[in-house]
Amino acid sequence: MRRYFGRKLLIYGLTFFVAVTVNWMIPRFMPGDPVASMVARANVTKPEAVEAMRAYYNNLFGLDQPLLTQYANFWGALLRGDFGTSIWLFPTPVSQVIGGAVPYTLALVVPSVLLSWVVGNQFGAYAARRKLLDNTVLPVGYVLTAMPYMWLAVLLAWALGVIAGLFPVAGGYSFSMRPNLSWTFFLDLLHHWTLPFLSLFLVALGGWAIGMRNMIIYELESDYSTYLSALGAPARLIRRYAFRNAVLPQITGLALQLGVLVAGALVTEIVFAYPGLGSLILKAIQNKDFFLLQGAFLFIVLGVLIANFIIDIVYVVVDPRTRAGMAGAQA
Amino acid sequence: MSLQVSELRVHYRTLRGDVRALDGMSFELGDGEILGLVGESGCGKSTLGKSLIRMDGRMRHVGGRVVLDGRELPIADDRAMNDFRFKEVSLIPQYAMSALNPTRKIRRMVGELLRSRGAALDAAELERRMDQVGLPREVLDRYPIELSGGMKQRMVMVISTLLDPSLLIADEVTSALDVSTQKAVARALLGFRDSGYVKSMIFVTHDIALTHHIADTIMVMYAGRLAEKAPADALVKAPRHPYTRLLVDSLPEVGVRYAERRLEGIAGSPPSLLDPPPGCRFRARCPLAGDECAEEPPVAEVAPGHHVACWKA
Repeated sequence: MRRYFGRKLLIYGLTFFVAVTVNWMIPRFMPGDPVASMVARANVTKPEAVEAMRAYYNNLFGLDQPLLTQYANFWGALLRGDFGTSIWLFPTPVSQVIGGAVPYTLALVVPSVLLSWVVGNQFGAYAARRKLLDNTVLPVGYVLTAMPYMWLAVLLAWALGVIAGLFPVAGGYSFSMRPNLSWTFFLDLLHHWTLPFLSLFLVALGGWAIGMRNMIIYELESDYSTYLSALGAPARLIRRYAFRNAVLPQITGLALQLGVLVAGALVTEIVFAYPGLGSLILKAIQNKDFFLLQGAFLFIVLGVLIANFIIDIVYVVVDPRTRAGMAGAQA
Repeated sequence: MSLQVSELRVHYRTLRGDVRALDGMSFELGDGEILGLVGESGCGKSTLGKSLIRMDGRMRHVGGRVVLDGRELPIADDRAMNDFRFKEVSLIPQYAMSALNPTRKIRRMVGELLRSRGAALDAAELERRMDQVGLPREVLDRYPIELSGGMKQRMVMVISTLLDPSLLIADEVTSALDVSTQKAVARALLGFRDSGYVKSMIFVTHDIALTHHIADTIMVMYAGRLAEKAPADALVKAPRHPYTRLLVDSLPEVGVRYAERRLEGIAGSPPSLLDPPPGCRFRARCPLAGDECAEEPPVAEVAPGHHVACWKA
């Protein structure tokens, strides 16, 4: 057991290292010079002043040092929890900017991923034994799961927001409000949250339901199900076993899909101008804000890795076969 | 009489028509009798085994009756049949290696299964029966994947007979086992009968030699019909049906070198059961076939307990 988790941790550590390195590289090798754009924003015309500002910023962000030193410094700062200073929102620290966006992203991603997984599994299992449902609702699932997140987001915004006028189509809360701890503000948050949540939830739901339906049908035709029915066990017991066993590949699927789901969430945030990490990344790219971009990516990578690790642990708990594999089977 | 099967007809539905897998089977099985059911693939022996406990979705009961201990089995009614399954008729399936839910410990699975059938788990009795087939008690606290194939097989045997069924169908239980394990399984089955866990048994196999060791009676099927049924010794030593004779002749014998004499098989293959030819179904492959074989031979009792369906017997 310890060896298994040791190996897992090593793999996650390596992934983290590679992700951080790539993360450091991308903005630096991206076309465009952020310092030049900052200087240009300052509207200074005197060449000496421009030169002085350039030197100041380069020194401030550490861009005047050799690449390798920059890389080493980056790791050092990272381990101290220092993500640097945002260029776009100079001089706010990146950690603070990200800290303001993360709650919105988490509030969107966590419920949509978990709920779509749970509801999709239940629904798929139910559809597997109802011919009518299987033939009518499941095709809708295929359409949903094949739909790009942002396309459904645009459709929902148009239909429920613009045409029906039921939900706002942009922002995390009304422009007329300031964040505070009150029921009115909370309801306003919920109101703005609904459409982005729905577009994420619906797309993922279709995929889980289809996967579960196929797995359940497979399990119900497996040998242990046939044996139980031959011994006259009630369908309830057989279905319970089948569901339990069919959930296992769905857990693996969740681990595999997590990255895709997060990416989808980022795009959806942009469609709805939702103030989460997705919108932040877009702003960071538009403003050539290396540090903000790095910080946001790093946060996402870390989040996905942690979630995957949790799923790994859950899998070990629910599937005895992985445990037996670790301990070595005894005959 | 424990089991009486009369004129049983079970067909498989296919797009090209009905496949007559069982076409008028009649036989009887006495109390405490072990019946070896032999035949080549596709002769209907597994279909017969399944018909007696649970027909799958493609099977259709066309005619005939099955009476067990004086009560008619509602074999065509999946729901009504549930009352008989496990309690009166039980099954050791062909796929015993994969018959246990992989994600449940065996003790828990057995408990849940018994509770769902309205029976309580008698742990002492379960362990006694496990001792009898040589299974250590720790097995109950293991997952099926932690057992070897032979252990899983024996576990399934114990589970299937836990409610002391009147009839046990053992479907090709020894097919996937090595010879020494086959012997252990055969001995365990005999032990179940002798301990009264099961009253009678149908042992479906294609291994005549093994059947000879455990069965009291052997029944040979050909193309969905009974060919010959006789006490085990009589059937192996003095078969009357030409098909049985060829089947027995094609077995290798210990001590004989087959360098001089090639082992004989039976030329040809069984007829399609989609639209079987009239008359004796073995006619096309039979060395003795004559004109009368164009008519279907009735099952005749040529000696006490020895039934043959052949004009030449």
